[in-house]
Amino acid sequence: MTPRPSLASARPVARPRRWLRRALVAVVLLYVGVLIVAPLAGLLHGALADGLGAALATFRDPQVQRAFGLTLRISLPVVVVQAVFGTAVAWMLVRDNFPGKRLINGLIDLPFAVSPVVVGYMLLLLFGRQGLLAPVLQALDIQVAFAVPGMVLATLFVTLPFMIRELAPILKAFGIQQEQAAATLGANGWTTFWRITLPALRWGFVYGITLTLARALGEFGAVLVIGGGIQGRTETATLYVYRALDERQYVSAYSAALALGAFSLLLVLGTEFLRRREEKKR
Amino acid sequence: MSQRQAQRADKSQRRQGVPWGRWGLRVSALSYLALILIIPLLVVFQDGLSEGLRGLWSEITRPVAWAALMLTLRTSAVMVIINTVMGTLTAYVLVRYEFPGKSLLNALVDLPLAIPTLVTGVMLVILYGPQEPLGAWLERALGLRVIFASPGIVLALLFVTFPFVVRAVQPVLLSLDRSVEDAAASLGAGPWTIFRRVTLPPLLLPLTSGALLSFARAVGEFGAIIVVAGNIPLRSQTAAVYVWGEVESENRFGASAVSVALMVIAFSLILAVDLIQSRRQGEDRT
Repeated sequence: MTPRPSLASARPVARPRRWLRRALVAVVLLYVGVLIVAPLAGLLHGALADGLGAALATFRDPQVQRAFGLTLRISLPVVVVQAVFGTAVAWMLVRDNFPGKRLINGLIDLPFAVSPVVVGYMLLLLFGRQGLLAPVLQALDIQVAFAVPGMVLATLFVTLPFMIRELAPILKAFGIQQEQAAATLGANGWTTFWRITLPALRWGFVYGITLTLARALGEFGAVLVIGGGIQGRTETATLYVYRALDERQYVSAYSAALALGAFSLLLVLGTEFLRRREEKKR
Repeated sequence: MSQRQAQRADKSQRRQGVPWGRWGLRVSALSYLALILIIPLLVVFQDGLSEGLRGLWSEITRPVAWAALMLTLRTSAVMVIINTVMGTLTAYVLVRYEFPGKSLLNALVDLPLAIPTLVTGVMLVILYGPQEPLGAWLERALGLRVIFASPGIVLALLFVTFPFVVRAVQPVLLSLDRSVEDAAASLGAGPWTIFRRVTLPPLLLPLTSGALLSFARAVGEFGAIIVVAGNIPLRSQTAAVYVWGEVESENRFGASAVSVALMVIAFSLILAVDLIQSRRQGEDRT
């Protein structure tokens, strides 16, 4: 960059007055304080209203343990499936060409906007008691609606964009030169993918998995509709919070909500921390 | 090229696995998308249109369904206005100013993406519920009811969509050439004129795409709203909550019709965002 002494000396002229600057910062801090910080503090206060002991007692309740266990049992397969097929879809979007690719690309963002209730309802239309696939499922004796498979499908729909939208830009920026170099040195397609492409996508996977997991852990509407929230059977952690709230067990509801929020938060903050450390290394 | 050479070239290409690998990946990626995304979407449209467009329209315009849709659009519109102004301001402050707590503020912006929306609703109820000190005071002193009413819905939507505008505007603001603003200042323009005539125009496209994205997200929101607004027909029932009610009471066509309406809104907004983003990429190229 070339030095621009004349502009540098003109700089102070363009800066708004100090009071304006302070006022703008104050407005933003107040807004974020009221909108985000105050509710967080409220949740913390509500969960600890009867002391830490009462809050922790929530997690000794077998119902609560089962609910959190079910959330994990749904989220982990979702993350694995999304990592595998997300890679395939991202690769297809970046490297492959076929008619209709643009349309597919647009469709992938749709789960951001489709209401979770509608997602659950779609699956109910397919797999429910009077659903389109009901005869097939009955013949094969598979239960999808009001059971774990349906909830996994719903969570897959809801978390679809995250992995793909993390991986595709990295794949695009990475280019194909290194892969071609590996191929000319005699590596076959699988080796090239395993040794060259996959390591380049490392950070995309970290982010994609974090976002997918955070979204899967917190999903509510879609799993409520397709799972039915049957206590002890299809009740996930979020569904437990909702029921506890309904039954006026406030401390339990707030504690479970706090645990869910804190877990997702730690996940996202942890990833951010890893990224900063990686950036410093460079 | 002799035939043998051609054959060899063909064989080596096959050895690299190009056609097989490509087709395998394409088929598996497309069938995954079809299974998870496209078939479920089509099924709802098919069900919603089973009684023709007129049947669909008369189901959507039934008073309770219509009121739910209008409440959804109204609260989302209010949210978008506030979110656009405050999101732009937050991005501006984050990019241009130095102040204590700046990195904390930057981290807080992403927080709503990590918090489950149901938990968002729970937090707002704890703060503004009619039995809670703040909620009771607001109602007594200002006559403002937050929970089970539209202000609560707007607050929940604002929380959930806060990152969208900020994160859309921030990178563009960061890449702006500030010497243009300096030039405007040296020509005698005040801070407001500079912002309106110099800084704002290049931000308009990303701002619009952030605003549309937050609107799209808000229209379908359920977890935060069911806790904050409850399920009072004609008063605090949004479209997503209405669909849930219809599913629960096994009114299949009612659920399908409003689902189709919600999805058409979602489709068109996502399409608009996609168009804006491809236009921006086109601008970058030139």
